[in-house]
Amino acid sequence: MNTGDTAFVLFSSALVMLMVPGLALFYGGMARNKNVLGTLMQSFIMLGVITVAWVLWGYSMAFGPDHGGIIGGLDWFGLKGVGIEPSADYGSTIPHAAFMIFQCMFAIITPALITGAFAERMKFSAFLLFAILWATLVYNPLAHWVWGIGGWIGKLGALDFAGGTVVHISSGISALAAAVIIGKRRGYGSVAFIPHNLPMTITGAALLWFGWFGFNAGSALAANGLAANAFVVTHCASATAALSWIIMEWIHRGKPTTLGAASGAVAGLVAITPASGFVGPISSLIIGAMAGIICYGGILLKSKLGYDDSLDVVGIHGLGGTWGALATGLFASTLINPSGANGLFFGNPAQLWIQFVSVAATWIFAFVMTSIILKVVDWIVGLRVTEEEEERGLDISQHNETGYSF
Amino acid sequence: MKKIEAIIKPFKLEEVKDGLSQMGVKGMTVTEVKGFGRQRGHKEVYRGAEYQVDFVPKVKIEVVVDSKLVTQAIELIQQKARTGEIGDGKIFVIPVEEVIRIRTGQTGKDAI
Repeated sequence: MNTGDTAFVLFSSALVMLMVPGLALFYGGMARNKNVLGTLMQSFIMLGVITVAWVLWGYSMAFGPDHGGIIGGLDWFGLKGVGIEPSADYGSTIPHAAFMIFQCMFAIITPALITGAFAERMKFSAFLLFAILWATLVYNPLAHWVWGIGGWIGKLGALDFAGGTVVHISSGISALAAAVIIGKRRGYGSVAFIPHNLPMTITGAALLWFGWFGFNAGSALAANGLAANAFVVTHCASATAALSWIIMEWIHRGKPTTLGAASGAVAGLVAITPASGFVGPISSLIIGAMAGIICYGGILLKSKLGYDDSLDVVGIHGLGGTWGALATGLFASTLINPSGANGLFFGNPAQLWIQFVSVAATWIFAFVMTSIILKVVDWIVGLRVTEEEEERGLDISQHNETGYSF
Repeated sequence: MKKIEAIIKPFKLEEVKDGLSQMGVKGMTVTEVKGFGRQRGHKEVYRGAEYQVDFVPKVKIEVVVDSKLVTQAIELIQQKARTGEIGDGKIFVIPVEEVIRIRTGQTGKDAI
């Protein structure tokens, strides 16, 4: 056991936890003021719901003893045997409990990311049911496939350092299914859905950027050079993505916007996530710059295709995550991480194919499973609030309170 | 007695207020309002999507003045609030039947 590693992973866990309220503010500011609390709540309450599910069965399903490369067994139900002693497989220099709680924060933020797709119209009870089912049937298996010992995508040799497939593609593509199935907000096309508090959104983006150092650098599971590299490339990618996004809108719409800078920064963070343990700083500048451009294109796509992904989860997390996973297959280098692999640009085109397979599997699995879960939840409790409740806003109709009393 | 309601650009409020005070207008009520006239609204862009925003922020000033002062007050507001650009606003003049000062019970001109 290493005290430095342990301290680092515990601190990183706290940083990732802070991303959840950060995300809540990021989304909350983009909602209209009658929905600010409903939007904040959907992210914030995941800290409650998913923690309980994770401790009871989630961690065991994701990381417990492998069954056929598909799922972990329930041997560790209720964290049985997950304690102070390090695990042989996950972070051998830190307590098993430290690894578990670090992973818990990832499991919490992933369903919270999806909430942007159905903001301002989903019934709270339906949302809670959806979140529990989604965490259990989509997140836990995916985490096992990619990170669990014996998981089939990991065994294939796919590289995903901090969750490009598990967190971002899965949430982004589930968001697409959710936006399509739940349907558009009332007044789509005629009412202007204008963000009610962009300073709140910028604050949230800043907290996300800050917390992301724990997300990516912490994924080294040790206070070492790999963690430092992940920290540096995370920062670089976010920087260039913020810049490329505002340049895109400057050219396309005539003005650079603060919402654009914040969105670009997040897009860069998403894209670098799978690559952060395998690429160097110059590669990360390119990955980030491309992320800003691709994700800006992605958010323009939704009005063309006509689905109401209200806060652009598909454009930023789905496309940004997909770009990041593929970019890992282009830019990965064993000079950065000897236990990784080389990508196409470092003489190993096979890696790009492996990355593509992991992306395709995640897309299909997330889309199909999320669609089924939503249909079931709709059948049990109904997904949407009534028209009248939607008109009054989620704050009053779902929570009996208002965000602002003036 | 007349009530003058002027809808003006918010950044012109200080000038109009100072001008009216110097003229001897003792009080006024100011409200932040939104609206549009022939100017219509403006465009806002969020994440590449353009929105037409119809209601533009304005300030509404309400003052009640003696009938003798009405022309002068209108001229002053017009002069101070004017930029020459679209969206400078409008002035409405409305007859006032009675004014009562709550604390003293004074009525009419004395109460203004």
